Amino acid sequence: MTTQAPRFWRSIPQRYNLKGTHCTRCNEYFFPPRNLCPNCRRGAHLEEYTFKGTGTVVTYTTIYNATEFFERLTPYVLAIIQLDEGPRVTGQMVSSPEGVRIGMRVRPVFRILGKEGDRGIIYYGTKFAPQTEQE
Amino acid sequence: MRSVSIIGVGCTKFGERWDVSLRDMIAEAGVMAIEDAEIAGEQIDALFVGNMSGGRFVEQEHIGALIADCAGLSRLHIPSTRVEAACASGGLALRQAILAVASGYNDIVIAAGVEKMTDVSSGTAADALAAAADREWECFFGATFPALYAMMAKLHMRRYGTTHDQMAQVAVKNHHHACMNPIAQYHMEVSIEDVNKSPMVADPLHVLDCSPISDGAAAVVLASTDVAKRFADTPIRIVGSGQASDTLALHDRRDLTTLDATVHAGRAAFAQAGIEPRQVDVAEVHDCFTIAEILAIEDLGFVEKGQGGRATEEGFTALGGSLPVNTSGGLKACGHPVGATGIKQAYEIALQLRGEAGRRQVDEAEIGLAHNVGGSGGTALVHIFMR
Repeated sequence: MTTQAPRFWRSIPQRYNLKGTHCTRCNEYFFPPRNLCPNCRRGAHLEEYTFKGTGTVVTYTTIYNATEFFERLTPYVLAIIQLDEGPRVTGQMVSSPEGVRIGMRVRPVFRILGKEGDRGIIYYGTKFAPQTEQE
Repeated sequence: MRSVSIIGVGCTKFGERWDVSLRDMIAEAGVMAIEDAEIAGEQIDALFVGNMSGGRFVEQEHIGALIADCAGLSRLHIPSTRVEAACASGGLALRQAILAVASGYNDIVIAAGVEKMTDVSSGTAADALAAAADREWECFFGATFPALYAMMAKLHMRRYGTTHDQMAQVAVKNHHHACMNPIAQYHMEVSIEDVNKSPMVADPLHVLDCSPISDGAAAVVLASTDVAKRFADTPIRIVGSGQASDTLALHDRRDLTTLDATVHAGRAAFAQAGIEPRQVDVAEVHDCFTIAEILAIEDLGFVEKGQGGRATEEGFTALGGSLPVNTSGGLKACGHPVGATGIKQAYEIALQLRGEAGRRQVDEAEIGLAHNVGGSGGTALVHIFMR
């Protein structure tokens, strides 16, 4: 596999800290950041915005058959999360398949997403965990 | 705009074709179509070929020039263009060819599609296919293609009460249809129990809910309708062509249980054809996964939203039902060489409307529809055909 280091490095602020954009004209939030707002189709009103990372599970699946890179994780849960500010994201759940349901509240957790072999770089980023009662 | 008709069709056997190359298959399908149309090489004005990922599957790009070369047309220097829209590459090639003839720019054009997927390991093939999804914001987190459709299925089940048995019925039906299609990859009946017992890929989708990795090629010859009668006894008119796009990533869609690209492409095609969905006699829809056929028959307006599972269970889409869907066996059982699929759909509909579909013939089929999707719904094409 060729290294993904350059493309990963470029998006560290988004992957580590959930930095996206907010269109002040349309009051719509975007993650990952967009260069143009699909509503007003302009870029002039976009400002950086850091998402809280809390949200709700819209749908999910348990993956038993993955690409080579993710095989060691199977079975793992992948979900589409609706962030509280509005946009939806795809991410892994840190939970057993039985512990996930549609409509469940989640919070972000900082995790290793993958490694390029034994000597290659390590990718970190955001996964999601079920929110406990107190949260 | 000129009216456009299909005057010749050809398609190779789909399957794991260890014995033949991409070059062999495109030549075979092309020659079949040219012979069917009874045209000479000198009469061909242009070629369009759908191919998703020659670069990843056989380490060969520049497929446009390659197919002209393989078809023995290199000394005629015919313009040849490769188009790509992931799994909708074939449908897109068909549309480009239609536009070329309709505009009056060309008189006779070939639309082809080809994919050779089994020269690489299944892992490499899966990764190449995953490039149709959002590499940075879906695949990076471990998304696979089955996983994206599984998430649509999960939500459809929750919202509309669709059951896995209803999804499995799509596989049962399409495998049954494929048994009557000589070019199909699988000549093997499956039962709901077989589907349910097959290994889980991405919950709720099992192996037998998924279309296979396949090799194959298909080609159709198009001409303006006013000259089509000179070449074919039964030219098949293309009366509607719609294309639409949507967000690349599934999570950005307006609704996760509707493919808006299908809705928009369908509306455009039906409006151009001046017909209603209920007038369609036979349809080939994009069943890359069983849930995808259920979504397609809803989004094309054949059944109400949420009723696709029940309609399938009741036999609405079976051969002999109100609207036979995927008489070829669909992507599920005829096979899914991605770039070829959109052209194979047009091939199947042309055979049905000519009355040449053998044991899987739909009685007195007059109007047919083909629906081809790229990725998880970032592109959709809908074509409507009339005899």
